[in-house]
Amino acid sequence: MVEFWRSTIGKKTFVAVTGTILVGYLILHMVGNLNSLFGPTGAEPRVDWYAGWLRELGEPLLPFAGALWIVRAILLGSVIIHITGVVQLRFRNRDARPARYPARKIGRSWESGVMMTSGILLAAFIVFHILQFTTLTVDVTPLHHEQVYFNLYNAFQEWYFVAIYLVALILIGVHLRHGIWSLVQTLGLDSPARNRGIRYGATTLTLVIVVGFALVPILFWTGLLDAPEPPAATITAIAGGLTG
Amino acid sequence: MRLPDAKIPPGPLEHKWQAWIDQHRLVGPNNRSGKNVIVIGTGLAGASAAASLAAQGFGVKSFCFQDSPRRAHSIAAQGGINASKDYANEGDSVRRLFADTMKGGDFRSREANVWRLAELSENIIDQAVAQGVPFNREYGGQLATRSFGGVLVQRTFYSRGQTGQQLLLGAYSALEQQVAAGNAVVHSRHEMLDVVIVDGEARGVIVRNLVTGEIERHAADAVILASGGYTNVYYLSTNAMGSNVTAAWRAHRHGALMANPSYTQIHPTCIPQSGEYQSKLTLMSESLRNDGRVWVPRKGGDDRPPAEIPEDERFYYLEERYPSFGNLAPRDIASRAAKVVCDDGLGVGPTGRGVYLDFRDAIAQRGRDVVEVRYGNLFEMYENITGENPYETPMMIYPAPHYAMGGLWVDYELQTTIPGLFAIGEANFSDHGANRLGASALMQALADGYFIVPHTVAHHLTADRESVSTTDSAFDTAQDAVESHITRLMDVGGTKAAQVFHRELGNVMLDYCGMARNAPGLEKALTEIGEIRENFWSDLRVDPGRDEFNQSLEYANRVSDFLELGELMCLDALRREESCGGHFREEYETDDGEALRDDERFAKVTAWEYQGDDGDPVPHDEQLSFENVKLATRSYK
Amino acid sequence: MNFTLEIWRQFDTGEEGRYEDFTVEGIDPEASFLEMLDQLNERLTEEERRTVAFDSDCREGICGTCSLVINDTPHGPRQVTSCQTYMRDFEDGATIRVEPFRSTTFPVIRDLVTDRSALDRVIQAGGYTGATTGPQPEPNSMPVAPEVQEKAMDAAICIGCGACVAACPNGAAMLFTGAKVTHLNLLPQGQAERGNRANSMVEQMDEEGFGGCTNFGECSRVCPQEISLDVIGMLNREYRKARLSRDPKDPPTMLAQ
Repeated sequence: MVEFWRSTIGKKTFVAVTGTILVGYLILHMVGNLNSLFGPTGAEPRVDWYAGWLRELGEPLLPFAGALWIVRAILLGSVIIHITGVVQLRFRNRDARPARYPARKIGRSWESGVMMTSGILLAAFIVFHILQFTTLTVDVTPLHHEQVYFNLYNAFQEWYFVAIYLVALILIGVHLRHGIWSLVQTLGLDSPARNRGIRYGATTLTLVIVVGFALVPILFWTGLLDAPEPPAATITAIAGGLTG
Repeated sequence: MRLPDAKIPPGPLEHKWQAWIDQHRLVGPNNRSGKNVIVIGTGLAGASAAASLAAQGFGVKSFCFQDSPRRAHSIAAQGGINASKDYANEGDSVRRLFADTMKGGDFRSREANVWRLAELSENIIDQAVAQGVPFNREYGGQLATRSFGGVLVQRTFYSRGQTGQQLLLGAYSALEQQVAAGNAVVHSRHEMLDVVIVDGEARGVIVRNLVTGEIERHAADAVILASGGYTNVYYLSTNAMGSNVTAAWRAHRHGALMANPSYTQIHPTCIPQSGEYQSKLTLMSESLRNDGRVWVPRKGGDDRPPAEIPEDERFYYLEERYPSFGNLAPRDIASRAAKVVCDDGLGVGPTGRGVYLDFRDAIAQRGRDVVEVRYGNLFEMYENITGENPYETPMMIYPAPHYAMGGLWVDYELQTTIPGLFAIGEANFSDHGANRLGASALMQALADGYFIVPHTVAHHLTADRESVSTTDSAFDTAQDAVESHITRLMDVGGTKAAQVFHRELGNVMLDYCGMARNAPGLEKALTEIGEIRENFWSDLRVDPGRDEFNQSLEYANRVSDFLELGELMCLDALRREESCGGHFREEYETDDGEALRDDERFAKVTAWEYQGDDGDPVPHDEQLSFENVKLATRSYK
Repeated sequence: MNFTLEIWRQFDTGEEGRYEDFTVEGIDPEASFLEMLDQLNERLTEEERRTVAFDSDCREGICGTCSLVINDTPHGPRQVTSCQTYMRDFEDGATIRVEPFRSTTFPVIRDLVTDRSALDRVIQAGGYTGATTGPQPEPNSMPVAPEVQEKAMDAAICIGCGACVAACPNGAAMLFTGAKVTHLNLLPQGQAERGNRANSMVEQMDEEGFGGCTNFGECSRVCPQEISLDVIGMLNREYRKARLSRDPKDPPTMLAQ
């Protein structure tokens, strides 16, 4: 395994496998997000219920939020391997070309040429995304623990958050369109008979992921999704304030 | 000097090689790594010999002037390789392959050598397949064969149109395997400039490192020349730019006899020359003549587009002259016929040196689809080079120098007249007589390299020899000679590049020592070559810098040898007062213009001995005896 | 036709290179690119200037020696070898840039000539079957379906020119290595060394300093033999299987009963 990692093909394989894991996660994440489309639905929005369900998953076999943390650990590991592999390969590849001679573009897609850029921007976005909706650190708009619908609704009333998320989604699209094709090739799953299908498949899957994610901020911003009920905690606080 | 015995083993033809194998001496496995062999050239013959000797455990040093052994010009062979396996169940046999090759060579080759070649042909196919050569297969997965070049059986194995490439890559990979195993070392971008002779035996070479310009000495117990043919003496040929006679010629200057140098093959179907600047002629597979019809306009100077020339004004000269074989007449005949019509002023194209190869009727009869299936890739190649579409306008072709049947004289063990110096593949003269049949060159090169020299060289290595060091005085002498030749080239200080002289030499050779020759022409050629040589040595310019990468020096050095070889070819052509195969003397033809052999006087090999720069070369004759074939006149009418 | 040429001149491996401009005049459109350079060199000789060094040999597209980057594209505009590129493919009066194949693994020897011996060393690592000269099995005892032969041949036609490396933004040799592994690993004759071949050829490729593949596909687009990217998929697969399977030198021990 160590030898495998040391070789260019081995590293690429690791990058491809972790890429596959991340794409898989993206699909699940997107499907989860789509719970928002049910709207505020009374006392507990469906997406809040879903978030809670994620935390309780596996109980009592696992501790509270145990499954979530396992997934987080896998994701973190994947991201680290993905980035390490890519960066190491990047250095190798740079050394293999004489410094002053960029290879002319003959027929390669432009997405394939900006994988590094799109990747770096995506990594930055992911950090921001976690700070906003997971740790609730970026509280420009009101954020509350375990109140996903409320948080999303408020954030996506602001045009700049909508813009940031849409730009990030375009980056994801750019990254995945080459990435998905590339991982199939790297894993050696391609064949002349299948390649056309794989190319189309990569593009389609990319589109599905991008559109699926984009629905949420767009629908909130356009007002097609209703405002949430004032959160219970707020009501209590107000009530407390009143009685106090 | 007398021509040494050819060492043909006694006994019936069928058993000669086995008898030789059974009796040759062996070197024990433990003693082999101490015995070193130098192999010059990495084409089919050189790479296969180097790989085979190294696999036996001998220490092999292999040299090529190219940047990789895989680039040797065997790679360009298209058609296929013959073997008498009789997969097509036609009753093919070693004897038939033997007889076809003898007849194809117009009875000017040695029976014993040709029989051995036919005998080994089957092993070559087995060997190549085991190396992973992807020969074409039939639907059941069995090897496919096709017919080729005027024989009546399908014995030609092929890998699409790239048989030479695949066979060479097989031999190359076998050699690289031995490099990895530590048994062989390959020195690429090294050119042999002299053979070193110690106590009458070849014991090393002087080579020039083409990258650094350094003159290096390498010692060994035997030297094998697999340096290819010399048809680049014609300047324009189907050979590679770098193909040259230098290694063989320098050996010749040291006493290795050069046999039948005038036997060269001019291949009929090549793309004609389009201008002075042209550097190379490209072969189009002979198979095109299966469906293409060859013609010229009946009127000289008819510059109408070919499609507008009506049927009765077209001269289908092959069909008219050779009604039974028609467009499928053998190479030497078809080439000569093209020359004759062009000499008569009927040739087409910008230079007047071209004939049409027309697929109009084939397309009309069989449909474009069928023609495309058969020749699609060749048509594409033609269009790529000429910019013309052969589906719409006839191809233009003209004969081009292609192969040298002549070469260093070797005995049955493929040893030259210098003990310890072997010559294999196109570099020797042995198996093709005066004309080579299609798909036989690959067969001969690989038979020599895989199955003959590994035994005959091993046999030579059994003798006890004192080891030779590169500090031996013979190396000093040889290196001095090489250095002074280079100095001479560097110091001419003229104004013209070597290719100017090479081109002039080529024109003379093609005009007077090409497809048709006659005594006054050859005499004239000798005078003209002398003049070109003089000009060469007074007006040559090479780039400064001998101790560095210097392509103009490499080239000038090769041309200096071609200039000497050209003279010898003319002398040989002059002396052979008969017509046979590729050697056609206009004075010796039958009433209807065909080659007229003189078996009484010339059923023999002429081997020339070098006599110094000022002396006249001396011919030695080896009488050929024919006990197993009947000498007959070839007729294709 | 007339052209302006910007030709890369570099005296030695270690030296700095630069472009030098030349004009060539009266070039026949039917001349090949290399014949145009021949004419330039003939003229330079007459002018007592150093000729331009470039590699070529067979000049019919099969030996793989010629190796020019013409207008930033390895071998030039038409996906054929440099020697099969003709002047009629260019506009009269055009400026054409001529460079050597660019890759750290292909050091420049002089001008347009590079050292591509790294490719030979990749072959030395395993680009062969183990068959040494001697009696071999009857070929028809191991039938090969024509489809398999065709596929192997599609890879085997690689001419080893290195244009794939020169075109790759990563300087990878995956198409070259993949072609050889595909050729031999598809055929029954190549099975014995199948895994070792993939392992050691990839190892050597890395050792030589070639980059890694990021599936740009440029290699295949300049390949004069039109070798498909599929050979890279095959190489990836063969290498993964070979590297991650148990080491054949270390078989599982049998349990004593």
